[in-house]
Amino acid sequence: MTRPSTHPDFLWRDPDPRPSYDVVIVGGGGHGLATAYYLARNHGLTNVAVLEKGWLAGGNMARNTTIIRSNYLWDESAAIYEHSLKLWEGLSEELDYDLQFSQRGVLNLAHSLSDVREGRRRVEANRLNGVDAEWLDAAEVKKFCPIIDVSDRPRHPVMGATLQRRGGIAKHDHVAWALARQADAYGIDLIQGCEVTGFEITGGRVAAVRTSRGRIAAGKVALAAAGHTSVLAELAGFRLPLQSHPLQALVSELLEPVLDCVVMSNAVHVYVSQAHKGELVMGAGIDAYNSYGQRGGVHVIEAQMAAALELFPIFSRVRVLRTWAGIVDVSPDASPIIGRTPVENLFVNAGWGTGGFKATPGSGWVYADTIAHGRPHPLAEPFALERFTTGALIDEHGAAAVAH
Amino acid sequence: MLLIPCPFCGPRDETEFRYGGQAGIAYPDGETTDGEWAAYVFMRDNPKGWFHERWFHAHGCRTWFTVERHTVTQEIR
Repeated sequence: MTRPSTHPDFLWRDPDPRPSYDVVIVGGGGHGLATAYYLARNHGLTNVAVLEKGWLAGGNMARNTTIIRSNYLWDESAAIYEHSLKLWEGLSEELDYDLQFSQRGVLNLAHSLSDVREGRRRVEANRLNGVDAEWLDAAEVKKFCPIIDVSDRPRHPVMGATLQRRGGIAKHDHVAWALARQADAYGIDLIQGCEVTGFEITGGRVAAVRTSRGRIAAGKVALAAAGHTSVLAELAGFRLPLQSHPLQALVSELLEPVLDCVVMSNAVHVYVSQAHKGELVMGAGIDAYNSYGQRGGVHVIEAQMAAALELFPIFSRVRVLRTWAGIVDVSPDASPIIGRTPVENLFVNAGWGTGGFKATPGSGWVYADTIAHGRPHPLAEPFALERFTTGALIDEHGAAAVAH
Repeated sequence: MLLIPCPFCGPRDETEFRYGGQAGIAYPDGETTDGEWAAYVFMRDNPKGWFHERWFHAHGCRTWFTVERHTVTQEIR
């Protein structure tokens, strides 16, 4: 079938898998594509394939709420997320693609005295780590975002907020397409409709992957499969401390510009921004139970809407256009797991839980470096799987929690 | 919304329950290595398919019980 002459050029080829690659990345979402891109850009590795069981960036990359920030509590997290934010700041230009990256400011609301203490502590910790952070009292919150109800009427009144002005949002599809186009231009094969069904491991070292499109030999294999990482790890014969949960989000009908910043609240489990197109984008908390079904319970959406309306009475007559869920892989300390696995030359990058989108370039950068050199990138080192044995956890439940 | 069969109260809405994760995690016997302890504390099965798991009828009879649920179809048997 010939395509209509008005159809724009495709941004990447649609190749069949070759029999062998130096590096095979499993998972063609944001992190997998960023890893492929940086393998080529930073390390000159282009004999690389990205295997995606569905279509490119059709999983969590298409389902997240696109919030970008780096105001995490601990040094290790601040370092990797700030590295990522700095990459975001130059990424549109570097990839020659408008990512609609908008540093409109991210508010993290405090609704209780403990929230206030935690928020102020995080502001100071951020500043010590060179991450921009401010503490706003309730009146300043109202000034920064006039449509928030900061009165004492709501069940959980707004008592203040942290503000990261450099935080914001980006257009997730554009990010995926831009990374895919550049990876493809380097000669990397982006192979869609190719599900990994097993690993060939000889002498404790991975030699090939078995896929729905045949065997592919690989010097190194890098997992970037988010919610399905546990399934792959089981095929490779090791366990990871991950649990997969549905995380729901929704968009409203299109509205005139009404909200020009990102508002997040851990306590009442909602986060809101207004996309460029005009819809309100809202995220909920995870559904409690383990699941791989990409849908969640309506009661979670109801609770999220109730919280949103407490904060924003102006949204009371806004209609929900659609809701959906992605499957997120949650780790015990709400921090990612990056690095080596018990199988030699098989690497893992997972556990980003509810907040992986913001890390897309930073994650790809450190993961590519880890794969290329066979040892953890310094920013990735604290996030190694071994921390669950040594006890050196990076507990980001405060900064990450549900509203990630 | 799941409909969860409480062994005491019968089928009830998911919102009455709290989730307890994988069933059958036994406290390790005797001395453990760091690896064994980490496995006990942090490692849980995460299957795509049938899963034995704990639920707590928090807003009902307050019984802990185990069900087998499919993590894709959400069917409980």
